[in-house]
Amino acid sequence: MALNAQEFSWVCDLVRRESAIVLGPGKEYLVESRLLPLARKAGLSSVTEYIADAQRRPVPGTTKTIVEALTTNETSWFRDVEPFTLLTDSVVPALTASRSGGTSMRIWSAACSSGQEPYSVAMVLQNHLPGAWSYQIHATDLSTEMLTRAETGRFSQLEMNRGLPAPMLVRYFDRVGADWQVSPVLRQNITFAQVNLASALPAVPPFDVIFLRNVLIYFDMDTKRSILQRVRKLLRPEGWLFLGSAETTLGLDGDFERVVTRKTSAYRLKSGYSALASA
Amino acid sequence: MLAMVIDDSRAMRMILRRIAVQLGFEVAEAGNGREALDFLATSEEVPSFALVDWNMPEMNGLDFVTAVRADQRLRSMTLMMVTTEGEQSQIVRALAAGAHEYVIKPFTPDAIEEKLALLGVVATGADA
Repeated sequence: MALNAQEFSWVCDLVRRESAIVLGPGKEYLVESRLLPLARKAGLSSVTEYIADAQRRPVPGTTKTIVEALTTNETSWFRDVEPFTLLTDSVVPALTASRSGGTSMRIWSAACSSGQEPYSVAMVLQNHLPGAWSYQIHATDLSTEMLTRAETGRFSQLEMNRGLPAPMLVRYFDRVGADWQVSPVLRQNITFAQVNLASALPAVPPFDVIFLRNVLIYFDMDTKRSILQRVRKLLRPEGWLFLGSAETTLGLDGDFERVVTRKTSAYRLKSGYSALASA
Repeated sequence: MLAMVIDDSRAMRMILRRIAVQLGFEVAEAGNGREALDFLATSEEVPSFALVDWNMPEMNGLDFVTAVRADQRLRSMTLMMVTTEGEQSQIVRALAAGAHEYVIKPFTPDAIEEKLALLGVVATGADA
């Protein structure tokens, strides 16, 4: 059942009062899609019933839940910050030093969602790769809808505010109406493709760095194991694997070794380490 | 720890105040750049950061940022513009004048916190 004008305006007023965010006309679908899971969780069959319930007897926390559901679903740029610091300070220098004469770096963003991760990686490489080097980022996701969004490289103001340093915004984005679009300088280095991590992976050349962040958490142990096994085959011996901070290879794949830095960690292949040591 | 919220809208000051308070700061408010400078002239404590609107009566945010950057005593203060002004050229102007960050309204509270974390003003939040 679609929301009526009174219900939509009640939600808009609430969100505006609590977060200063204005939900314009046409955002009814957003309200519906974000509040429906809350309604179901509360044992109600529709958003209309959920709103009526919240209006009739305001429960502490309910309004906060509504506001959060409508405002906190965007992915951040440079999410968690520290992995990108590690990429900048350790991974890029190590990889460029280990391959003297090498000139191209391959990165895989394996669950790229709406694109903030691959574009954040591109900004790091654009700023920190030595002049003679180029890079290619392969960005994949299960959702074709997300891939279309990511490839367009167009982001709302709300999305832009999430963790993107202002100097980066000025350098790598162009204003397009009320939105912003990633500049061709970054986009020309990124390809997008649909990949289901839970099934066979496409045969592509191996990568120097793989970002597989905040995706293993959705799978059971056996699937996690088989995903890591397949991903491992696409990682170069001296390559680096990034997982989400709540994820680990521990107990899943003994071929990886965890490299802990100041505030974060990444994974390297033990065999790659020994090959380097004996070289 | 002290923070400043400088905006001519009382409602916006309340929203920004709430964010700063949740991050553990005491908050001083001002309705424009002139009021803010008057406060800073007599305040013993230099605020850790200020959230600054652009368009305000008497003294706008850009002039406030310029004035703060010219004052040695206020060197440690981090300045973040929080404004509806969203043209690329304006962001460039604000950064050139000495603003450290720029948030365009509308924003979520997380956006302010994340940018303060990027600038090292508050600790990096836990993984989402």
